[in-house]
Amino acid sequence: MFANLLGRLTWSAIPTDAITLGGVLSMVGASVLIIILLTYFKRWKWLWREWLTSLDPKKIGVMYIVVGLIMLLRGGADALMMRTQQATSVGAHHGILNANHFQQVFSAHGTIMIFFVGMGLMFGLINLVVPLQIGSRDVAFPFLNSMSFWLFAAGMVLVNLSLVIGQFSSAGWLAYPPLSELHFSPGVGVDYWIWSLQIAGIGSLLSGINFIVTIIKMRAPGMSLMKMPMFSWSVLGAMTLVIFAFPILTVTLALLYLDRAMGMHFFTAAGGGNAMMYVNLIWAWGHPEVYILILPAFGVFSEVVPTFSGKKLFGYTSMVWAIWGIVLLSFLVWLHHFFTMGAGADVNAFFGIMTMLIAIPTGVKIFNWLFTMYRGRIRFTTPMLWFMGFVLMFTIGGVAGVLMAVPPADFQLHNSLFLVAHFHTMIVSGVIFGYFAGLTYWFPKIFGFRLNERLGKYAFGCWLSGFFLAFVPLYFLGLMGATRRLDHYASNLGWQPLFIVAGVGVLLIGCGVGFQVLQLTVSIMRRNQNRDLSGDPWNGRTLEWTTVSPPPEYNFAVIPEADERDAFWVMKKPGRHSGTEEHYKAIRMPKNSAAGIVIAGFALLGGFGAVWHIWCLCTVGLLGVICAVIVRTSNEDSEYTIPAAKVAKIEAETKERYV
Amino acid sequence: MSDPEAESKALTGFWIYLMTDCVLFASLFATFAVLRNNTYGGPGGDELFSLPFVLTETLILLTSSFTCGLGMLSARMGSKKQVLFWFALTFLLGVAFLGLELSEFHRLAAEGNNWRRSGFLSAFFTLVSTHGLHITAGLLWMAVMMYKTARRGLTTGNVRKLTMLSLFWHFLDVVWIFIFSIVYLIGAL
Repeated sequence: MFANLLGRLTWSAIPTDAITLGGVLSMVGASVLIIILLTYFKRWKWLWREWLTSLDPKKIGVMYIVVGLIMLLRGGADALMMRTQQATSVGAHHGILNANHFQQVFSAHGTIMIFFVGMGLMFGLINLVVPLQIGSRDVAFPFLNSMSFWLFAAGMVLVNLSLVIGQFSSAGWLAYPPLSELHFSPGVGVDYWIWSLQIAGIGSLLSGINFIVTIIKMRAPGMSLMKMPMFSWSVLGAMTLVIFAFPILTVTLALLYLDRAMGMHFFTAAGGGNAMMYVNLIWAWGHPEVYILILPAFGVFSEVVPTFSGKKLFGYTSMVWAIWGIVLLSFLVWLHHFFTMGAGADVNAFFGIMTMLIAIPTGVKIFNWLFTMYRGRIRFTTPMLWFMGFVLMFTIGGVAGVLMAVPPADFQLHNSLFLVAHFHTMIVSGVIFGYFAGLTYWFPKIFGFRLNERLGKYAFGCWLSGFFLAFVPLYFLGLMGATRRLDHYASNLGWQPLFIVAGVGVLLIGCGVGFQVLQLTVSIMRRNQNRDLSGDPWNGRTLEWTTVSPPPEYNFAVIPEADERDAFWVMKKPGRHSGTEEHYKAIRMPKNSAAGIVIAGFALLGGFGAVWHIWCLCTVGLLGVICAVIVRTSNEDSEYTIPAAKVAKIEAETKERYV
Repeated sequence: MSDPEAESKALTGFWIYLMTDCVLFASLFATFAVLRNNTYGGPGGDELFSLPFVLTETLILLTSSFTCGLGMLSARMGSKKQVLFWFALTFLLGVAFLGLELSEFHRLAAEGNNWRRSGFLSAFFTLVSTHGLHITAGLLWMAVMMYKTARRGLTTGNVRKLTMLSLFWHFLDVVWIFIFSIVYLIGAL
């Protein structure tokens, strides 16, 4: 009876091997340390009121980024383990991990890096920047925004819980069936994968709706779409992809779970299932997902390059068209992930050509950034360095991509380390470097002081050189025939030296991360020397720089007008400054709400129950979510007013402090 | 939120949500189309479906959309009593539809043709019951809205939510038309 109540959960779910135990202990230790510190400094109330229940997109953005960066460390630790394994597991030696553990590590690495690092940093920056940039006080649905974040956080908790209780999926980051079916993966690993992505994915979908409405409905007066800053344009493109792609992921994950838990036959080998349908479905979401991650990073570059070149963005209109070209084409290329499926020459040719075509709008963007730099007064700040590193790497990776778009070539390179090197070149440069540039660029706006430039440059140097050391060998190994996901290989293949070089490269990237941690620490300690007193530390061009740093809760005391592109740049021209208005009005802002964290908590309970087949927990989770949603939506008193006099007082105090 | 700006944001957001739901159903329809003939030696649609039965379901759901529309008209005219009457009728029709759907599921399962039988039946049960779950959610929402309307009257907030609810209900009707044509009508031929 009791055993039935707990589903598949037993004491044997607690891990006992040394490496997992180390991970568990460090995770538990860090949590305990945080709890002790919060209690010692009596910060629990502060944490709850100022952060956890806050509906302010600036705070939600910071929380997204904190989660994203912590997960970057976790995913990075996975990368380090894989490189160690592949550098040492040759011939008679079998490395540090057994095959099953190695499989869990690479599955977790991919899952965490895409869903919790990439998506976390992306939604973080979007939350921080979009409302400020379009001259708005908030997002369209502040509560929904908080709920989205907490669902994302619940997914993250579930992924990490798999380390402590049970195991993670060993079926790769996209869990192809029939391997991911119950017959071949009877454990809870795949279920952890399904439910962490399902919960986080619903959060992302809701965010997509939220930001589309925000951008369409809440722009400052005068800011027509074609005057909108390019970052906001790229977010609109990415969120359009989110609303069309994420429902497919929701369905795909649900079907896989129905196969596993209810004995259905969607993707099973027997019973009339079709495993290739899964591969089609998952990539119909998965390829757009790549562009969801990368479009906002492109948007970051479209802000960074004009600012540090002292010129307006070259080819604004073509940039907009390039974004929408990418949005459209990204839904027409998914089959290039499995040319080897055997869909036939015509189908493969179509998708090959579409894949080559998508390089064109991407190329347009690269050239536009370069033309923006041309004859500009370039300042080589850290964000600009990340951009230049990106151009170099992205071009190399892009050429490798166009090469693999040719189906016959892909038949040779499919599932090889060449492919692994290609997509890491694209994602590390496009996504990671892009968001690092964005974080450095907008950091002073959010926190009121700049990051240390020198340490930032050291970090960049380590990342760039480490990246080449880590991934150039993989291109060669791939051409030599090394397939991806190898936990062991024969010594006479002569691959080991290249794997060792790749391992050294990852260590160098680790140094880069070390410099970033140091950069953050040093910058916080010396924050008084690097204060941004003007609100405009970089001589910026767009509306977010018109308000003080950090901005007040309501962003703008008076909503700015934006009659032209680069509205702030135009305002700054002599004789055009219009910031003299002192006539403040009362401002309505949303109250804090704990409902987001409560709903996500119930979703987490339900997800955990579904993983372990503890059906009573599932019921509690589901009912909890429904009740919390009903209670929250019945609350008609969710806003409060900041009276005009108080706005005036806050503004006067800020002016006194900063001018 | 009571100003017209909030109204327009909420409705735009809800329309976009409906589009995402549309993609969700489109994926399920695609899945069904792929697995339609994978009966794995089991029965196909022509042996399982009874068109008169499904036609009854369809007529009930279409009528419920009509009464829902009448409910919205009364909301525009500000008549709380009529709103409650029409939505109560819509609710009952929705429950009747759901009951019929469950009885069909029960009949199929009792004959040994449950979702484990074949890829075709997995896809059938999942597509149709996803629609059924949406109907259930809609009924729950309707019950909550009737309670709120009875308690607080036709406030701006309540009318806005009723508008979204009716959009949702009509959307489910449209999805059902596709299920009726693609799953049952083509399946039974």
